[in-house]
Amino acid sequence: GSNHEQMLKRGYWSLKSDSFITKGKMPVLLVHQVAERVEALGQFVMKTRRTLKGHGNKVLCMDWCKDKRRIVSSSQDGKVIVWDSFTTNKEHAVTMPCTWVMACAYAPSGCAIACGGLDNKCSVYPLTFDKNENMAAKKKSVAMHTNYLSACSFTNSDMQILTASGDGTCALWDVESGQLLQSFHGHGADVLCLDLAPSETGNTFVSGGCDKKAMVWDMRSGQCVQAFETHESDINSVRYYPSGDAFASGSDDATCRLYDLRADREVAVYSKDSIIFGASSVDFSLSGRLLFAGYNDYTINVWDVLKGSRVSILFGHENRVSTLRVSPDGTAFCSGSWDHTLRVWA
Amino acid sequence: MERVVLSMQDPDQGVRTRSQRLFITVIPHTAAGGDVVAWLIRKYGISDEEALHLGTLLVQHGYLYSLREPRSLLLRPDDTPYRFQTPYFWTSTVWPAAELDYAIYLTKKNIRKQGALVGHEKEHYDQLHRKISHTWDLVVMQAREQLRAAKQRRKGDRLVIACQEQTYWLVNRPPPGVPSVLEQGPKRSSCAAGRVQLTKSTEFYKQEMERCRKALTRARVKSSVCLEAYLKFSGQRGPHDPMMSGCLPSNPWVSDEDAYWTINAPSVAVPTKLRVERWAFSFQELLEDPVGRAHFMDFLGTEFSAENLSFWEACEELRHGGQAQVHATVDAIYQQFLAPGAARWVNIDSRTMERTLEGLRQPHRYVLDEAQLHIYMLMKKDSYPRFLKSAAYRDLLAEAVVPPEAKRRVFPFMRKPLHASPSPALLPASPSGEPVAATSGPECGDGGT
Repeated sequence: GSNHEQMLKRGYWSLKSDSFITKGKMPVLLVHQVAERVEALGQFVMKTRRTLKGHGNKVLCMDWCKDKRRIVSSSQDGKVIVWDSFTTNKEHAVTMPCTWVMACAYAPSGCAIACGGLDNKCSVYPLTFDKNENMAAKKKSVAMHTNYLSACSFTNSDMQILTASGDGTCALWDVESGQLLQSFHGHGADVLCLDLAPSETGNTFVSGGCDKKAMVWDMRSGQCVQAFETHESDINSVRYYPSGDAFASGSDDATCRLYDLRADREVAVYSKDSIIFGASSVDFSLSGRLLFAGYNDYTINVWDVLKGSRVSILFGHENRVSTLRVSPDGTAFCSGSWDHTLRVWA
Repeated sequence: MERVVLSMQDPDQGVRTRSQRLFITVIPHTAAGGDVVAWLIRKYGISDEEALHLGTLLVQHGYLYSLREPRSLLLRPDDTPYRFQTPYFWTSTVWPAAELDYAIYLTKKNIRKQGALVGHEKEHYDQLHRKISHTWDLVVMQAREQLRAAKQRRKGDRLVIACQEQTYWLVNRPPPGVPSVLEQGPKRSSCAAGRVQLTKSTEFYKQEMERCRKALTRARVKSSVCLEAYLKFSGQRGPHDPMMSGCLPSNPWVSDEDAYWTINAPSVAVPTKLRVERWAFSFQELLEDPVGRAHFMDFLGTEFSAENLSFWEACEELRHGGQAQVHATVDAIYQQFLAPGAARWVNIDSRTMERTLEGLRQPHRYVLDEAQLHIYMLMKKDSYPRFLKSAAYRDLLAEAVVPPEAKRRVFPFMRKPLHASPSPALLPASPSGEPVAATSGPECGDGGT
């Protein structure tokens, strides 16, 4: 009865305060302290090399194809477009039956895309060049949530999709049957982002949400294995450091942070007094030395991950930067914005 | 933003202000646009461009307004006078803007000067008139009252209040074509409906306690060790990172030449030097590269242990395959690799084999995880280091190409046709699910759908 609940609550708070004290006792060592002897980066010049125009409204999400040049992008008006961003040609376009398509992903094979948003679903569209075929005809409805879809990602194959939703959960789905394989409960508010770990055993992923928490999950058991709560506002984006031992986050509190999984703590904060708008999207360069972050003040800041300092600020977009991904071979990164365009920078 | 503007208005440390003569009145506490920018540069140690950008955002959000041209939300870095918006009109104070207030504002404008309402304002006015026609008398009364009260004030104050109001409405009701800076996107953390409730139930507490307990007893690695690992990792990968070290022959995005991709295609006959070097960074790196994996498979063949890699690949297919295929895949793997007398029997320790066989009674996609991990570690600790020391690998390194740096285009402004490449969706999918090599395809014209 309620007595049992009371005892449980007391036990919970006592454990929580124990963990707090234990963490507090450990000496705080941050990346930039260890990186003092590392050579500073020189002048950094990156320019817009391609501008993709074609969306009639805010671009909300994008993803790269493994072929290093194609991308899929989605926007507020329901349009999802596949581009060869090298030539800037549009190759496919489909209009979703909902607005605010906040999530899209390219399948590892390059033969399909997934997307979703205010329809609370994640749908998979096989890509076809058959002129007689309507792309929407072959659409497969895979994931069903009870609130908006905020992020989606294929796992190592075309056959499984991981989703994050405003209903506070993440879920793993079988694409072919639409079956729910595993669900992940624990966030206390909307989940806004996720990223799969590049580890050898490939069994974990990290998610970030409006509860200011970043949580690491075991895909097999559905359990949360680690949680980090140092941000002061919604976490809009999470991305693993290429070695898989850490991940970065971008938040509405105008900071990006680096969390180490083995040390189980935050090890860097990337912030500046002049940066007062939220970071919407983050990604690492191939070596993990650079962190690119898109912000709601229309800019992209480039951070030296090791030294903790800002290397460069990139202007160009005329409205919020909503999405940012480095290409699979690290030759460029692509940013999408509320100004209706996508830009490829190198 | 409010923190910044408050800082700007600090009497000692803030932006320099003065009284500005405007037409025939004197307005106190104005700041020149140029001074605002200069203050931002000094305070935050940023560049001209960044300071102007930040200042512009402050104006666009209505925290500063121009006295000379209140219609435009621009920051001019010259002697154009600006003033700080009164906190009463800050968007954080009163948001969303009330329709009634907007109606009163538009009515005042209309009364003060017939035909003063511009295009979209006129439309809004008509719309509101229709919508709240039942209380329109109240609106007109309020408007008249506010105008009368304003007449009693000094000309300077009247001007300032008019500017403040105008700025507020420019931000809250932007003209068509101008995106609203106040737009937020879909509501977050909204009502509980549609949310899976887990908070505060006994289940929640139990789970959280379990996690805390695990966290307390978890072996943590010393911070210094973890951080040193980043230096090592990023240092080692630096030369392989195109953004740090460039790429040969050239970065396709910069040079418009896709040779780099052709040379580094997933399945290429002769890999580049950098690529072969990466295989020595980690076993994972080797396996993820189709060319590396193929050579490793060949090497295992010479050691009569190729079935290990094949087994691992089959297990990957099980783990990442379709749900409907799970049973069949487990069966096939058992027959080929685990059954006594199997054609490609893999050598797993007896304990793991026992547990695996037990688990096979109720097959699921993770049933072979333990066996797969065992074989993976065997290859990683045993075969992989031998591969790196082998003649085969040494030869691969020696034969690997180092592409020469591409000559810069003589006429950099001449448009070159960009090579298209066949979409992975057109080519037959390879068994590993990787896109088949995108070799340079037919040339295509520039741009166009």
